[in-house]
Amino acid sequence: MKFFTALGAAALAAGALATQASAKDVTIGLMCDRTGPTSVTGTALCPGYHDYVNLYNTQKKIGECKIVAHEIDHEYKVPAAVEAYQTYKSENAVLISPYGTPMVYALVQKMAEDKLPGTSAGFGTALAGNGEAYPYMFPIAASYYSQAAAAVKFAKDKLGGSLKGKKIAYIYYDNPAGTEGIPVLEKLQPKEGYELRTFAVPAPGVEMGPQILDITRRYRADFVISHLFGRAPSVSLKEFKRAGFPLDKIVGFVWAGSEGDIKAAGGNEFAAGYNTMQFAGVGQDYPVIQQIKAMYKAEGKPDPDAMQYTVYYNRGVFQAAVHIAAIENAIKAKGSCDVTGEQVRDGFYQIKDFTLGGLLPPLQITKKDHEGGGWVRIFQVTKDGYKPVTDWYRDYRPEISNLLIEEIEKAKKK
Amino acid sequence: MYYRESGYYKTDYKSDMSLYPLPISRFAAFSLLVLFFLAAPVVMNEYYLTLLSLVAIATVGALGLNILLGYAGQLSIGHAAFMSVGAYTAANLATKFDLPFLITLPAGGLMAAAIGIVVGVPSLRIKGVYLAIATLAAQFIIEWIINHSPEISGGAQASIEVPRPTLLGEKLESPVELYYFLLIVAVIAVIATQNLIRSRIGRAFVAIRDQDIAAEIIGISVFKYKLYAFAISSFYAGVTGVLYTYYLGIASYEQFQLGVSIDYLAMVIIGGLGSILGSVFGAFFISLLPIAIRLFMESVGSIFVEPDVLAQSISQLRQILFGVLIIVFLIVEPDGLNRLWINIRNYFRVWPFSH
Repeated sequence: MKFFTALGAAALAAGALATQASAKDVTIGLMCDRTGPTSVTGTALCPGYHDYVNLYNTQKKIGECKIVAHEIDHEYKVPAAVEAYQTYKSENAVLISPYGTPMVYALVQKMAEDKLPGTSAGFGTALAGNGEAYPYMFPIAASYYSQAAAAVKFAKDKLGGSLKGKKIAYIYYDNPAGTEGIPVLEKLQPKEGYELRTFAVPAPGVEMGPQILDITRRYRADFVISHLFGRAPSVSLKEFKRAGFPLDKIVGFVWAGSEGDIKAAGGNEFAAGYNTMQFAGVGQDYPVIQQIKAMYKAEGKPDPDAMQYTVYYNRGVFQAAVHIAAIENAIKAKGSCDVTGEQVRDGFYQIKDFTLGGLLPPLQITKKDHEGGGWVRIFQVTKDGYKPVTDWYRDYRPEISNLLIEEIEKAKKK
Repeated sequence: MYYRESGYYKTDYKSDMSLYPLPISRFAAFSLLVLFFLAAPVVMNEYYLTLLSLVAIATVGALGLNILLGYAGQLSIGHAAFMSVGAYTAANLATKFDLPFLITLPAGGLMAAAIGIVVGVPSLRIKGVYLAIATLAAQFIIEWIINHSPEISGGAQASIEVPRPTLLGEKLESPVELYYFLLIVAVIAVIATQNLIRSRIGRAFVAIRDQDIAAEIIGISVFKYKLYAFAISSFYAGVTGVLYTYYLGIASYEQFQLGVSIDYLAMVIIGGLGSILGSVFGAFFISLLPIAIRLFMESVGSIFVEPDVLAQSISQLRQILFGVLIIVFLIVEPDGLNRLWINIRNYFRVWPFSH
């Protein structure tokens, strides 16, 4: 009994003590998944986010306002995310960073009602980029539509400038997110004249030998576009290698090419040549990463472990940078730290020429386009890391916006 | 001294059959209603109301699973799949036909019940862990079907946005309104379960759980009642799914995956199998303990370690502490939180003259 009383008392005390914010603090609600099914991402992304916030507060701060990122780990569970959201709201957070597609969906309506902006980089559907339908949600990163279009463009350049008569294989994780690339590939087919076949990999995506044999032996694809998650990318690399398919004729979407995937596939040596699509820069050759390193060095600490997983770590830095840029714009406009969610939302529209030395794409967020333009960059796996093989680019924008309009109409009819 | 069962004489059938036969339990039930209906919305801010709302939803689901597992003794790990059936049924009805929740709520439940009956059919032949695997199959099959039929799952990424529920032309959207909406459904679920388990059906469930051959011999149609158990349990699950859908404003298959089924199993096992109060305790425990641990560590942890380090390690620590606490509770009382409560009650029954 005593034990439970003590526990209850402790919990109550904890509630009473809950962090007291000073007037100069601007709070961001940062949701993470460090212990759930996507912890591989969370354990690198969230440290990156915190490091940039610390860097900003110590070195780049404008005025008196201090950014506070309150992290809550929701373990990829929706009820926990709803609770976390209410915590942030009670702390007067001005910006929410939900993590995970189902959580983004569960919160998007509430956030619009409460006028709190948020970002969903890499989550949710392409439709969410429509700023008129979702005024408070900013995907800021290329949607799967944009990624599919960019992949076609990349294949075209790689196969000598024309896709006429070429065979493209689309291998995807068999869930709604995985199928999202298909309409784009079908839409671009008549224009580019390629042959297309799709290959579904059922959950949990660790068994795909038959599909890959099909692609390499029967269909004899010229180029493979791979949209896989979780353990699936590393398995696919192993299988493609075994089938003797050249890895530089494969491009993986944004969740299929982290250091962890390469390691699990058998290391850089093994996976060299594989092309990965990214919405934030990869590697450590960016001034901001060097500044974070210097910050750690000045404190006499070694670099954090998470830093070597640059794909996800840099995405954390990317998100933090965009969030803080929006908040900074709001602070500048208002002239005090006491900004509201609405003002921060307007701050997103004023982000211009902000690339942190190439870590970020040249985002242009407008009232209509919350995707920021749909920029991606391809990084190829090399023997000792990644090298960029393209600049930030995008393509087939008119086709994609037509497709979006069609899809919205379809969704309305349903 | 305060809690006595003696001295109350039942002089007619009505009092013998009443749901709360003792004055103290009537008083307790009444004060709980006052507490949750009147006091809570006044005293609590939005944050705590959200917590209670989530607990209310979880209570309905836990009750459903407890009917199946605790009372009828049939193990199911496909509970979340039935929630998704309810969620998508209600979402489709609400968006395509503009039906109000008074129709979509039972419709979602009934649809889930119908699917539950189908899934329950193998339960006549297979038992225990084998049945668990059959229900696991149901979890995956239902998920697959929802994912692959746009007619069910709507447009983008198998998710359907649902407008807030309306009652008498009034949109329920503030936290207090949603809280009342969920609380009323949860209270109805609790009272319905209380009545169910003392009816013929409920007693048949218990008979089947304790010894199905004996139950058959005394004239209970085992097959029929097992299907009842699946249907009723799935109905509750379906309603839970509808509540989630309305509460979050979206039906998405990712909210109802295998992990959620396991969470609900944990709720009924920790709360207490075969007990209504246990389901409520379990819903509170599994929903709130992680939050309590986090708040505790955020405030106390900063005394011991630096804030930066704490922020990075808090979720791992919480995971460990959560697991440890579940083990501790199960060792302290394997019969669940409900048994713990009964022990406390029995202690006070003779207090202060315990010898």
